[in-house]
Amino acid sequence: MKPVVLWTDAVLFLQVIAALLYGWRVARTPHMAATWSQTFKDPGGAAAATVLAVFVAIGLADSLHYRAALVTAPGEAPAYSPVTMSLLDRFLVRQLNGTEASYSAPLATRLFEKRTQVSEGVVLRDYPRLAHAGLNLTDPAAQWRRDVFGRTAIGIVAGLAAAACLAMLVAALFAHRSGIGIVQAARQIAAGRTSYPLRAVLAAATALCVLAGTIGVLAAEYHVFGTDRVGNDLLALVLKSVRTGLVIGTMTTLVTLPIAVGLGLAAGYLGGVVDEAIQYVVTVINSIPYVLLIAAGVLILLVYLDTHPEQFQTAAERTDIRLFFLCVILGMTTWTDLCRLVRGEVLKLRELDFVQAAHAFGVPAARIMRVHLVPNLMHVILINVVINFSSLVLAEAILSYVGVGVDPSMASFGTLINTARFELGRQPVIWWTLATSFSFMFTLVLAANVFADAVRDAFDPRAARR
Amino acid sequence: MLAFTLRRCLYSVLVLLGVNAVTFVLFFAVNTPDDMARMQLGRRITAEAIERWKAQQGYDRPLFFNEHAPGLSKLTDTVFYETTARAVSLDLGRTNEGVVISEELSHRVVPSAMIALPVLALVVTSSIVAGLGLILFRATGFERAGVIALVALMSISTLFFIITGQYAFARVMQLTPISGFVAGRSSALFVALPVAVLGLAYLGPEARLFRAVFLEELGKDYVRTARAKGLSEFGVMRHVLRNSLIPIITSSGLLLPVVFTSTIVTESFFTIPGLGSFAIEGITQQDFNIVRAVVFVGSALYILAFLLTDLAYGWADPRVRLR
Repeated sequence: MKPVVLWTDAVLFLQVIAALLYGWRVARTPHMAATWSQTFKDPGGAAAATVLAVFVAIGLADSLHYRAALVTAPGEAPAYSPVTMSLLDRFLVRQLNGTEASYSAPLATRLFEKRTQVSEGVVLRDYPRLAHAGLNLTDPAAQWRRDVFGRTAIGIVAGLAAAACLAMLVAALFAHRSGIGIVQAARQIAAGRTSYPLRAVLAAATALCVLAGTIGVLAAEYHVFGTDRVGNDLLALVLKSVRTGLVIGTMTTLVTLPIAVGLGLAAGYLGGVVDEAIQYVVTVINSIPYVLLIAAGVLILLVYLDTHPEQFQTAAERTDIRLFFLCVILGMTTWTDLCRLVRGEVLKLRELDFVQAAHAFGVPAARIMRVHLVPNLMHVILINVVINFSSLVLAEAILSYVGVGVDPSMASFGTLINTARFELGRQPVIWWTLATSFSFMFTLVLAANVFADAVRDAFDPRAARR
Repeated sequence: MLAFTLRRCLYSVLVLLGVNAVTFVLFFAVNTPDDMARMQLGRRITAEAIERWKAQQGYDRPLFFNEHAPGLSKLTDTVFYETTARAVSLDLGRTNEGVVISEELSHRVVPSAMIALPVLALVVTSSIVAGLGLILFRATGFERAGVIALVALMSISTLFFIITGQYAFARVMQLTPISGFVAGRSSALFVALPVAVLGLAYLGPEARLFRAVFLEELGKDYVRTARAKGLSEFGVMRHVLRNSLIPIITSSGLLLPVVFTSTIVTESFFTIPGLGSFAIEGITQQDFNIVRAVVFVGSALYILAFLLTDLAYGWADPRVRLR
């Protein structure tokens, strides 16, 4: 096994490290810790954070890439498979290898279309059995219902049991920390009388456990969400889309921040010609429809990829570099909003006494910006980052439609919804691609939006009007 | 105010020049004039034919800097200068097929406007109504449910609205055509679905914003005074609405270019021959003049929206002085 670190993997894990460092700093700074705890004291925010954590875990598991070692003769140099796998793929082995011939409905045992089959010399046109689903059933028509209901029940029970264990653990911890009995602790949690909304978190966790349990048990024998045109399992595709969404939502911000904050600070604090010039650039970029800007950027990238095929060892590297630069292009075209916000905030801050005093003492502008301005801009930046996340995930879908999004071979919500577009036009309708990708995407974006609201309410109390 | 408008117009010319430069650089970074000739004339083509095509289209000179020309014409005898100079004199040129672009634009602006303007009106009015409705029932279950519904609405991809809208209204109920556009009386039917879809897509964020604005106004002293002197809730709302005009105008003005951009996607979904699908055509056919023309219209619209918002501030609040 040979670990592979793709560009976006590296960036994702750097972001995780940065987030951990930030969390460590927050924990040591009382006023920041107080504001952040405000975010998690909001029941919606806490529940949304729980859901987001699961998505992030899926995305990270899908970011640990490796190439499996191939069997070689002894003494030969080790060879590696050209296929790049991820840790998540390990859990989805059944789904990734169990490709069917074509479409099949969720939980189906037969293909969605009739095929001509030859059995015992007789030519028959019928719905053939799926190669990798419902194999345990000898007579699907009679046994299918029983089997599916049985599995669903097992899944729900297993999920509830896991959730109950988790709840007990939380109650025990809570009891230990507040020095009360575990029964009393459980009662307080159930009544919502805890400083952090443990009840909301546990409710979200229970829902997730039940869902995961049901899907997990059913997935052992069926294609839970059906298969797509070439017979790929949709569960695997949609889980792998999560990483794409996360990369675009977070990495783009990473590109945006230095440009937006740097230029916004310079425009706001230095003023004069610098301000005019930066404002001019912002207006020019803003006034070009962003779809066209991004399209141009992506086309440049494609030309480069086509002319330099030798730089990529595997297909995964190629699609990854496209995703990487898509984020860069998105970042280069969307920094203007944050730049405006930062400039406006700096214009207010620079008139404040402490900044004026620092200026009067002859502190250099660069130092004033770093020490006095940036820390006071943090709330604007933070709110913008979390709010942007969901709109970027949504933008990816649109860009993929226009043909300037991620590589068509890469699993993403955009590519999934795109294929769904033609499937709804078929007769009979194939609805499951749209339904599956929509529900996962909706959950991710909704959780991000609710969390963003909680963050905004905590960091900008004036905006919090409930 | 006249001086202000004039100065803004001059500034817009500057911005348009910048937009032109950016478009030029980006476009010719993707396509060389040779590529464009091959795209037009077919893959198997002699070098002479390519040269002839380039000379015909005026692409046979260097892009930015002509080393061989004497004096100042080092800069002027280039593709960039030539195309920019023509654009400044409001001549947007012809497409590679020889269609006059300004004429084509005037045809295509109709369907685009038929989508963009109703969407704008629909979003602004429905958001105001929704925002007012929510604060009338503030601190009740209705408001909570409404706010949650708005967040949910924001979390749904526009693509989902488009796809399910086409499926439900066009395919199953057959109320509207699935796609396409016919000018004249029946055109309203063709734009109904795109307008509804886009309106729904922008309702979430706008209505939430307006609700926040109204709530802030409600906390102000004049509202308390109005209530104290016994004004009805309706009367109070009238004052609140009047005082909330500035943020409403700001966000509506910002919405105009956004709606224009999203028509680019919507039009190609519904195959409506508007400006957006023109832009996509230009990109796929590697036609610089088309792309530049649509970008020009887009940025002009953006600048115009900003100018209109600034002028509207003066109308909404006489204290605003435009300098």
